[in-house]
Amino acid sequence: MAAITMRNVVKQYGDGFPAVNDINLDIADGEFVILVGPSGCGKSTLLRMIVGLEDITSGDLFIGDTRVNEKAPRDRNLAMVFQNYALYPHLTVFENIAFPLRLQKLDDAEIERRVHGAAELLELVEHLGRKPANLSGGQRQRVAMGRAIVRQAQAFLFDEPLSNLDAKLRGQMRTEIARLQKRLGITTVYVTHDQVEAMTLGDRVAVLRKGILQQVASPRELYREPVNLFVAGFIGSPPMNFIPAVVSAGELNTPFGAMRLPDSRSPELDGKDIVLLGARPESFDDAAIVSDAVRDHGVTFEANIDVIEWLGNEQYAYVPYEAPDDIRDQLADLERELDSEALRTQLVVGLDTASQIAENSTASLWLDLRQVHVFDPVSGFNMTARDVNVDESAGATAV
Amino acid sequence: MSITETSRPGTAGSAPAPRRMSERARAERRLGWWLAAPAFVVMLLVTAYPIAQAVYESLFKYRLTDPDAREFTWLTNYWVILTDGVWWRAVGVTVLITAITVAVEAVLGFALALVMHRALRVLRPLLRTAILIPYAIITVVSAFAWLYAFDINTGFATSWLSWVPGITEDTNVFGSFGSAVAVIILSEIWKTTPFISLLLLAGLAQIPNDLLEAAKVDGATWWQRLYKVTIPNMKAAIMVALLFRTLDAFRIFDNVFIMTQGAQGTEVVSFLAYRQTISRLEIGLGSAVSVLLFLSVVLISVAYIKLFRINLASARGEA
Amino acid sequence: MDERTTLRQKALWWIAGAAVLIYALFPVAWIVSLSFKSAADLGNRQFLPADAVLDNYEMILVGDAQTLFLSALRNSIGIAVIATFLAVLLSTFCAYAIARLEFPGKKVILTTALAVAIFPVISIVTPLFNLWRHIGLYDTWPGVIIPYLSLTLPISIWTLSAFFRQIPWELEQAAQVDGATTWQAFRRVIVPLATPGVFTTAIISFFIAWNDFVYGISLTSTEAARPVPAALAFFTGASQFEDPAGAIAAAAVIVTIPVVVLVLLFQRRIVSGLTQGAVKG
Repeated sequence: MAAITMRNVVKQYGDGFPAVNDINLDIADGEFVILVGPSGCGKSTLLRMIVGLEDITSGDLFIGDTRVNEKAPRDRNLAMVFQNYALYPHLTVFENIAFPLRLQKLDDAEIERRVHGAAELLELVEHLGRKPANLSGGQRQRVAMGRAIVRQAQAFLFDEPLSNLDAKLRGQMRTEIARLQKRLGITTVYVTHDQVEAMTLGDRVAVLRKGILQQVASPRELYREPVNLFVAGFIGSPPMNFIPAVVSAGELNTPFGAMRLPDSRSPELDGKDIVLLGARPESFDDAAIVSDAVRDHGVTFEANIDVIEWLGNEQYAYVPYEAPDDIRDQLADLERELDSEALRTQLVVGLDTASQIAENSTASLWLDLRQVHVFDPVSGFNMTARDVNVDESAGATAV
Repeated sequence: MSITETSRPGTAGSAPAPRRMSERARAERRLGWWLAAPAFVVMLLVTAYPIAQAVYESLFKYRLTDPDAREFTWLTNYWVILTDGVWWRAVGVTVLITAITVAVEAVLGFALALVMHRALRVLRPLLRTAILIPYAIITVVSAFAWLYAFDINTGFATSWLSWVPGITEDTNVFGSFGSAVAVIILSEIWKTTPFISLLLLAGLAQIPNDLLEAAKVDGATWWQRLYKVTIPNMKAAIMVALLFRTLDAFRIFDNVFIMTQGAQGTEVVSFLAYRQTISRLEIGLGSAVSVLLFLSVVLISVAYIKLFRINLASARGEA
Repeated sequence: MDERTTLRQKALWWIAGAAVLIYALFPVAWIVSLSFKSAADLGNRQFLPADAVLDNYEMILVGDAQTLFLSALRNSIGIAVIATFLAVLLSTFCAYAIARLEFPGKKVILTTALAVAIFPVISIVTPLFNLWRHIGLYDTWPGVIIPYLSLTLPISIWTLSAFFRQIPWELEQAAQVDGATTWQAFRRVIVPLATPGVFTTAIISFFIAWNDFVYGISLTSTEAARPVPAALAFFTGASQFEDPAGAIAAAAVIVTIPVVVLVLLFQRRIVSGLTQGAVKG
């Protein structure tokens, strides 16, 4: 096991396009790090550079204390689980798992012992004699994991390992991977575009955009203190609402009325005409059921709700509104970059399940201003983000 | 085997490794050329060189039995051939055989493909095996089988077919043009329909079942599904199959050689070329016929590919 | 196939299947039947022999026509096998390069293969006939094998590159991550995956070489190199007055046996090979 260190790592293709640009990342021994970002952000390329399937154009890559830039994949002793599992179709499950051990020329008894150990861990024992073509998606996925863990490699690398599974299986395998990693305590780099995987699995999450590292932080910090519009929009589901606001005399004029931010969330607004107010759906609530103790921390406004989604444990209301064209275009661009598509500007509001607000009605909503962010629409920076790690208790008292 | 329009998945996309540093790319390029070169060179040597030689020799009046009288005569050989009824008759017969076989095979092959595509699961391997027999059997063997079946001395076919007007047990099938060509066409159809039907079967298999089910839900009858969904969606497979069969049929030789030797006016273009060169040793004249045959094949291909492109474009427009 | 196939539909499918079977096998059955007819029976103009005898097989295997047939058989086997081997060898390299490596000129190679495949062989027989006589390749094995490559190479290249394109090449990388050298990754992962395609290509290529007639009659003149299809065309009976039909039928049956055996054993692969080269090209 070993730490993985990247220093100014760059990947440039023949046409000069940098797929990965100047990445600095320290992954501690035994740490579980997620590389996340929309498709084409360079996360898979970075992973393939770590494992040695892609050349590093410039910069340094260390595994442990050894610089490995020029080493062939097999000399790096890393185990990788591929997106489509890359099982050898002509070999049985047993031989697939045993493949790296056969290459190491271990004796048969040892191979037998280790493969059976892995198979037991992954509940594959009764499938050892079958060929990959006869396995279900989940079983294939486990065989690929088995092949990775028999190695006793320096680190595990996962390239979107769950993306080919259905939702239920994905949830189960996610837990299995977390359990396995904790048990083996092995350094793990995990690429995904699924933010649920990113938030639940990683000790730390590295968000990439167009080959550039945006933010590396714990899932909690990423959620609470995103450094820019991109991270804020990418992490969280439903995503954070961005509300255009005109700055005037210390107040923010939004389509939902004027708002005065508390001191803790008031950045320097001098010289700014328009900002984007970022508010997560759960920062809102039905004004009728907000307790009086917190009511003063927020602002109450009237809104026309057209659709309500009731999900049992939570409830969302949708509030369409008009935004200036340039802001709308910018938000649409951001959405596209995040692999989604915005049809209209709307507010997604989380409501307590006890709320009685009906569809197609005007309701009184409440927004907790202690939890909002203010973004510079030009640079995208979060003007309210704190440089240091957030005090974990700060936002916990909300609602 | 369309090189023209069908998308080729994976030429560049499926091999993810190739984009490396430029020295590596250059090394890869060199390796690619070295690996591909032998096959490429051999193909050129065995075809391009001889055809060039044929073009050259076709400009001479040259008889192998009288090599000293070899004489450069420009395009005289072509003039001789193109003004001779023998050539045009051979072209006519070849076109006739080609047109009928391809038309019949398209329909018959499609029917066979449909049967194989939809047949009961237990029947499929059996049918596939059976249909491969005519494909794989030697053309000469097939020609003999049909020859002896209709031959006036050995054949049973005329007595079996004596209910057909104009046929009696003693009809000499190979004694007249119409019946001789008919049997030649029959043997060609029998031997080569399996190939076309296998290509069409592969095309059928590529049509997603959802599409047919959607059409069913939309209220299309069996015929409408065939005409409006199945056939338009396998246009590419159909065109490729037809092109290959047309070119193949146009080169027909073996059956004619075995069955009639060109008698009763059944001489086809390939046989004419063979007769000039190998039997009469008229190298100059034979070469000219060969070149003309080659040009005909090129002409057919170009015509097809032009047609093919248009069809593809219109197919895309419909989608 | 619908789950709810009625009995009537089932019966219809069996009838359709039977029709296909009769279509495919009837002429073969006829030539087999003919081969068992005695000399007296040949002219009986019946489908079946009055009395099945082995006279014709005796004639070509141990009798008067022995030298003629057996040497042709030897030529056919030798020439077809060598031509197939060469074509598969060359096209394996070529198809590997096309499917796996990035280099300019791929399209030219595939187009050339296609052009050669549609080439009218008779057009090159004339110059080859002339050239071979000059350089002494006329009526020799190499003199037939070389032009056979024009038949077998193009289809091999097309079929194999279609096969090779379907190989999941990223497995090679997976193997390297698993600790394999480039050579180990190739040998232990790629070779086992590529072998079926190569094998299928070899069968199809063999069929084509085995089937040839034009080169066989044009570029040979004696038993030294004349393959069976060509020899059949020049078969005469035991005596001048005897119909060679029986002997030809027996010889035809014998040369059909290997073809049928290959089809029976490998029908699934042959079909996939034939259609891949053509449809997915």
